[in-house]
Amino acid sequence: MTVARFWRETLRRYNLGASKCPECQAVFFPPRSVCPNCSVHRKSLTKMEACQLSGRGVVYSYTTVHEAADGFEMQVPYVLALVKMAEGPMLTGQIVDVDPKDIREGLPVRATFRRLRADGDDGVIHYGYKFALENGAAAKK
Amino acid sequence: MRAEGVGIVSYGTYVPRYRITPDEIGRVWGVDGVAMGKNLNIHSKSVPSPDEDTITISTEALRVAMTRGGIDPRDIGAVYVGSESHPYAVKPTATIVAQAIGATPNLTAADFEFACKAGTAAIQVCMGLVASGMIKYGVAIGSDTSQGAPGDALEYSASAGGGAFILGKDPIIAKINATQSYTTDTPDFWRREGQRYPSHGGRFTGEPAYFRHVTECGKGIMASEGTTPADYQHVVFHQPNGKFPQRAGKLLGFNEDQMRYGMVTPWIGNTYSGAALIGLANVLDHAKPSERILVVGYGSGAGSDAFDLTVTDNITNFDRQTGTPVQHDLDHGIPINYSIYAKFRGKIRLSGE
Repeated sequence: MTVARFWRETLRRYNLGASKCPECQAVFFPPRSVCPNCSVHRKSLTKMEACQLSGRGVVYSYTTVHEAADGFEMQVPYVLALVKMAEGPMLTGQIVDVDPKDIREGLPVRATFRRLRADGDDGVIHYGYKFALENGAAAKK
Repeated sequence: MRAEGVGIVSYGTYVPRYRITPDEIGRVWGVDGVAMGKNLNIHSKSVPSPDEDTITISTEALRVAMTRGGIDPRDIGAVYVGSESHPYAVKPTATIVAQAIGATPNLTAADFEFACKAGTAAIQVCMGLVASGMIKYGVAIGSDTSQGAPGDALEYSASAGGGAFILGKDPIIAKINATQSYTTDTPDFWRREGQRYPSHGGRFTGEPAYFRHVTECGKGIMASEGTTPADYQHVVFHQPNGKFPQRAGKLLGFNEDQMRYGMVTPWIGNTYSGAALIGLANVLDHAKPSERILVVGYGSGAGSDAFDLTVTDNITNFDRQTGTPVQHDLDHGIPINYSIYAKFRGKIRLSGE
């Protein structure tokens, strides 16, 4: 990933920057400039409001990754989940600090700030959101 | 040194979830780890995940502080991050942390480095900026993911964690009555540019370094404030292990009861720049109005920063539950063995590296 491409996405990756339709109140992540739900698209044009997701959500579905993507070799096996956010959008993200056998649908999660990957030993480090189980459930002895 | 009316507005901490015991580390190196742990007074130490570093730890700690204090990010005028494990040699940790809490662009930011006391140095700078009226709120963070070389004595203690403090004038949960420092050129611990692991002066790290600076700085601030150990309900020292702060406390005349909440290293290890700040956070987690706290940090190289604080009535209604209270991190963790620890800490080289 180029430096500029990632930099343009920091608002979303760091702060879960989203957008909200003033007509139907639907929230979109990544943010959209037009609401696809309303039949009167033109009404939402230029009126979409910037907002931020709370970071709270629940596990909608998940899978355990054993064949790591580049840069994730040290973390296998890791959990990748679809997270239904409190505001409505569905996000894909890694669930950290959890044994894959402890994960299940419906578990509450919160966004956490983690290192996503690095461009080699001398390149830029990319940061962004992942998810952790709410209430530190994974940390219980 | 005084900064009239300045105090702690909010605070937050973050400690990675994984833990390893001295017994497990000793098993690999043919050392009696149980005895080592006993000598150091360390039961376990925290270990960061492969995707955690000083930037992620600092951000998580500060986000807790922002939520607890209900702080508008636009009111933050300065973000300073003290650490000896900044992920970049050139590219400030503070810029990423400030962006991640939404405080950019109208603020000043910088990274501090002074071994384990860079975070307390950041508090002092924020005190000056707030007292002068240059900024409304200043953020001081002490955070580290330091490592000891495999098999070195430091490997039994070096851990990861961080504390974030928001300094301001109103509303404060603890007033900083005074601060004082004690600094000399003492080569007890260092890491040369480009070196992966730090070096230390063995026994030299004790008497002329940690104990001299901590006790002289502690005595100095009590002399200038006209106080004695009996005036403080709580005391926090920098804690490279669980033994040094106990002895420093005894040398200065404090009892175990006063050190009870300020001691966190025995359960999470030495979080370096985070150590004294997480200790202070645990004290604030338990503190009552009007209680007085003495904090004496220490950084190799060497120097100590001391703070005399008084808890205000605002602590009663302050949100101390958002995020993870320090006691939870002391009581809970995910145990791992040395193999996983070595993998997480990058001690295993993959093919092609």
